[in-house]
Formats: sequence, C-alpha cells, structure tokens
Amino acid sequence: MNLRPDPTFHASPKLAMQAPVENYAFTVMLSPDGSQSDGIAVIDLKPDSDTYGQIVHTVMVPNKGDEFHHFGWNACSSSLSPLTGHAFLERRYLIVPGIRSSRIYVIDVKDPLKAHIHKTIEPEEVFEKTGYSRPHTIHCGPEGIYVSTLGGAGPDGTDGPPGIFIMDCETFEVIGRYEMDRGKQDKHYDFWWNLPQDYMVSSEWGLPPQFENGVVAEDLLSNKYGHSIHFWDLRARKNIQTIDFGENYQMALEIRPAHDPTKSYGFCGVVVDTTNLQGAIFTWWRGDDRTWQAKKTITIDPRPEKPENLPPLLQGFEAVPPLVTDIDLSLDDKYLYVACWGLGEMHQYDVSDPMDPILAGKVEIGGIARGTKHPNGKDFVYGPQMVEVSRDGKRVYWTNSLYSTWDDQFYPDDEGGQMVMARVGEDGGLELDGDFYIDFPKGLRSHQIRLEGGDCSTDSFCYPSV
Amino acid sequence: MTALWWAVIFSGFYHGANPGMGWPLAVSAALMERRHGAMPRALLMLAAGHFLAMIAILLPFSLMLTLITWAVEIRIGAGLLVIAMGVYLLINRRHPKILARVHPTRLVLWSFLAAMAHGAGLMLVPIFLGICGMSADDIGHLAAQKLMGDNVKTAFAVAFVHTLAMTCAGGAIAALIYVWLGLKFLSRTWFNLDLVWALSLIAVGILGASTAYFGH
Repeated sequence: MNLRPDPTFHASPKLAMQAPVENYAFTVMLSPDGSQSDGIAVIDLKPDSDTYGQIVHTVMVPNKGDEFHHFGWNACSSSLSPLTGHAFLERRYLIVPGIRSSRIYVIDVKDPLKAHIHKTIEPEEVFEKTGYSRPHTIHCGPEGIYVSTLGGAGPDGTDGPPGIFIMDCETFEVIGRYEMDRGKQDKHYDFWWNLPQDYMVSSEWGLPPQFENGVVAEDLLSNKYGHSIHFWDLRARKNIQTIDFGENYQMALEIRPAHDPTKSYGFCGVVVDTTNLQGAIFTWWRGDDRTWQAKKTITIDPRPEKPENLPPLLQGFEAVPPLVTDIDLSLDDKYLYVACWGLGEMHQYDVSDPMDPILAGKVEIGGIARGTKHPNGKDFVYGPQMVEVSRDGKRVYWTNSLYSTWDDQFYPDDEGGQMVMARVGEDGGLELDGDFYIDFPKGLRSHQIRLEGGDCSTDSFCYPSV
Repeated sequence: MTALWWAVIFSGFYHGANPGMGWPLAVSAALMERRHGAMPRALLMLAAGHFLAMIAILLPFSLMLTLITWAVEIRIGAGLLVIAMGVYLLINRRHPKILARVHPTRLVLWSFLAAMAHGAGLMLVPIFLGICGMSADDIGHLAAQKLMGDNVKTAFAVAFVHTLAMTCAGGAIAALIYVWLGLKFLSRTWFNLDLVWALSLIAVGILGASTAYFGH
C-alpha cells in the first residue's frame, strides 16, 4: 500500500501518453508441445542501454503444459476511479493464466530484473470456486481483478457456459463468478469496459473442443464459432444486449473500446467471414436511444494463392485469408492496429472517424505462402499476431504465434518465436525498426506483450482527456 | 462550546478533503458531462448523502440522551464505539466492496455508503454529545421532552454545519483541479488517509470518553 497513487496510474489517456516511456516489455513464452516450462521474458527497451532489445531476465514456471496466452496487471489506472478508490495499490504483479492448465501465476515484477513468482493459484481452486476453466483476459476494475475464461466445468470445459470471475486485487484469492444474468452469452473470449459509463462488452471465440486440438474446419464452415458480442451493465452484472454480427462472421475476438471515457464506441475484430474469407472490423456504438448498434467498417480481402503453396487446411480455398486475430487502439483513439496473421501484414487505420476508418500504414512481414523477411534479413515465422502499442503511440510491438495447435495447422513447416517493433510516423504510417528483433529461445513461441507502466490494452481511464 | 462547534467545522473540512468522501467524483462529473452545472450538482448530491449518513448516526444518540441519568455512560459508550471503529479500520485496511457495486450516477447513495463505511458519522458523535452535554448543563433541569427536542435540533445543526464545511473543502479542491490545476494534480492531491483516518477516530473516541468520565 502506497501513501500516494502509483505514478503509473493516470487519470486520463492523455496524461498516460505524456508519461515517461516504457523501459521494459514483458512477453509470454510458451512451449507449444508442453515439453518445456512456459515463462515470461523481460525485455530491455531503454534505447541507451547496452542490452536494448534483448531478453534481460526470464521467469520460468515450475510446471509444464500451462500454455501461456494472455495476461495482465493486478492494478492499473482504473485504480484512480473516484468511486472505488483503490488509488494506493501498486502496479506490481502480472497475473498470468495458463490457458490449457487453468493454473494462474502471480508474478512480482516490481524490480523487472528480479521478477519472480509471488503466488500460484492451482486449477482446482479456479474450478471449485467458479465452475469455469481456461482463464484468458485479465482486467483490473471496480470489484478487483476480472478474468475471462474460455471453458465451463468438466474435463473438456463444456459443462456449463464459460464466463468471467473475480479475484481479490490484494490477496489474489479467487472470489467467484461475475455474472448474475448472462442472457444469451454461452461462449467467451475477450472483454473490456467503460468504467464511468458503467458498461462492459464481451466477445466469443469458441468452446474448448473447438480450439484446443486445432481449428475444427467443419465447425468453422458450418459457422459454429462465436459471432456475437454482449453488452453488460457492468456493476449490475447483467447482460443487457447481445448483437449478432451474422453467423458468417466467425470468431469475434478482441474488444477495444475508445480509451476516452466520454466516448461510447469501440471496435471488435472478426477473424474470418466464411462467405468470402475476408477479415472484418466492426465498430460498435451506443445510439441516441441508448441501445447498442454495430456495423462492419473495415474489410480486408484474402489473397489468391496456388494450392500447392498452401497448408492442407486452405488448399481447397486457393486463397490466403487475412485472419484478423488481434487489434489494438492507440491511447488517443486515433489509430487502430490490425494484425492480419494469415496475410503476414500489420495494418494501421486512422479511426478518427470510427465509422469511416482509413488505411494509414501497412507493414508486411511473415505470412502464409509469403514469409516476408524482417529488414534485418532474418525470418519472421507465422505472421504478425499479438500487437501492443506504446502509451505515447510511437512504437508498435508485436509477436508471431497465435495458438500452439493453430500455428501448426496454418504454418505446418514453421517453428519459432519472434518479437519486432515498428515506428509510427508523425502523420501516421508504420515502418519496421531494423534493429529491433527478438528471437525467443529455441522451442518457445511468443504471444502477448505487456509494457512496463501500462499499455494500450491494459489501462482503463476514469477521466476524459481534456 | 465554541471549541466544539469549531471541531464540527474542522471535521467537515477534514472529511471534505478526504478523496474517499468523493471530491474526485465531482471532478469526474464535471469532465464527463462537460457542463458547468455538473460539478455543483455532483457536490450537492454528495453533500446530501453525507448529511443523511451523519443524521443516521447522530439521531439515535440524540434520542438516547433523553436518559439523562445515563448521560455519562452513554458518552463513554459512544467514545468506546468510535475507538472500536477506528481499531477496526486500522486492522481491516481493505476497501469496502459494496461501493464498487453502486452505479456511477447514484452519488447520494454512494456518498451515504462511503460515509457509513468509513465511520464518518461516528467521528462526529463525541463532539455532538459534548455539545448536547454542555447545553444540558446550561439549561439546567428541563423536561425530558424539551431536552430531546433540543438534542434533535442540535443533531441536525451539527450534521448541517459539518456537511457544509465538508462540501466547501471538497468543492474547493475539486474546483481547483477542474478550473486551474488540471487532471495531473488529481493523483498528486490524492493522499492515502486510511491510517490517519483510523487514528483520528481513535483519538476522537478517547477524547470523548475521557472528557465524559473526568468531566462529571
């Protein structure tokens, strides 16, 4: 407990943008076959440091087969909420769930170079107290730490719907389920909110049997993955509206609300439109009548390709789908970054007008049947995936692995983990930094990135930028 | 007597300056709604909730005071209760979870619950009982009916003056940040008063109980 608020808590997105830049990144490393332990890599981002752009410390966990994926902070700028006043928490612990094991590690990163495991929550505690499994997205909010899960109870996670559970933000005890009325929600993936406006939005991937052993082509072609987003009364814990994008919009994943809390809109990325293999971004917003609406505002076309160049899964389509698997919004709500994991492209859209995004920049790297190399001449296997934007919006970092079994289906001949960085031009535009290239230790892949002091997909702000 | 009324005013300033009693909400309301009227309105709602919380605590004590023969015991008991609340807050440093469930626009309810959870009303009890005790001495042996009426009036007066002072202090900080200093100062002016607050309760409780014990 501090006497003053943690200096990395910012009242508004604008103040967060003006704050000192990130010194370290924390990146997930995962063993795709569970032969090694997973861990967190601490990466030096201080440009004048001798070890800039290198892994300077790793925290490897004692277990195997956890499969790290997403993770988050114990506390963020949401602690400055005038309503809940947790202003004296420290942004100190990373909450790192194993998406396959349902085990959760709490890692103390107060001194990034001495980061270590602070607490381990065993899967049994999660199962017993929540009836959920396969924890995924972490956000810190009014009632503690919120954790979305991808599975319900039972060995294959299909006994009951998945949902969100809450952990105590100080003791890290699992408290219990969040939902009081889930309405139509029966699948889960991501969630985020607007704290002063008191709404939450959640999305859908698929149930564990639909992803754990790889994408199930029959389910995808018969549109059985998630294609709806759910709006919640955050504090009443009630689903107030479900918007179905249409069953062909398979896998509605990342939810990115505008950071400025006076705004009532946001974005959601859809992996693939099964009618034409396009990737899509929907803009959702609250209309004048207070109901929620959504509209497709970005489409990304597939690229025709000879079947012999394609993995077996795609040969019948003779095309490379963009596979929009992650999106991230800069803190000024100006640029939306869209990872096209199949094409091997990172797109930057100017979303100053959220209903009319304009492509402002693009980087090609990796990609199915393309494999564009990094400017330093080295390979970037798979494609651009988890993307994280620096608070000041000038640097965009990303890694390459989507999910162990899916990597193997879409890129059967590749193996490896990389992280790269691109710089954003004064008026938009995106260019890879030729000197920033991290190759993760052999046998480990990489997924989500968190930046020291917060980034564009962790902090929720309670006061508008003025 | 004057000193006790100053204590009522001072405690109001103290509560008002504590971010836990809601001044950041007034800043947030003004910024979110982008209307000049939003901040006074938020402050008024916070004041209403705080006033109700004060009354909810002071009224039962004012009624109890009709048992004149037990006045000293009541004042000592009240002092001990306030000390107990302070000790509880000292040991349990967790934030009240119930506040996280209140909708952001229900500021009256929020302010009421925040004041209750922090024992804000209890902090006033020894001061209030002191004022009642002194008036009773001054007036001499009046009818119980009259005394009760006077005590109830005093409870309202104490709650009103306290809330007014609290609103002035909180409003001043909120306005200062909103109009001149900017949001950056929100986190700079936000001090962790938890420990000081708990100790204040204990101090006020000890003072109340001991003056009751030694004063009579």
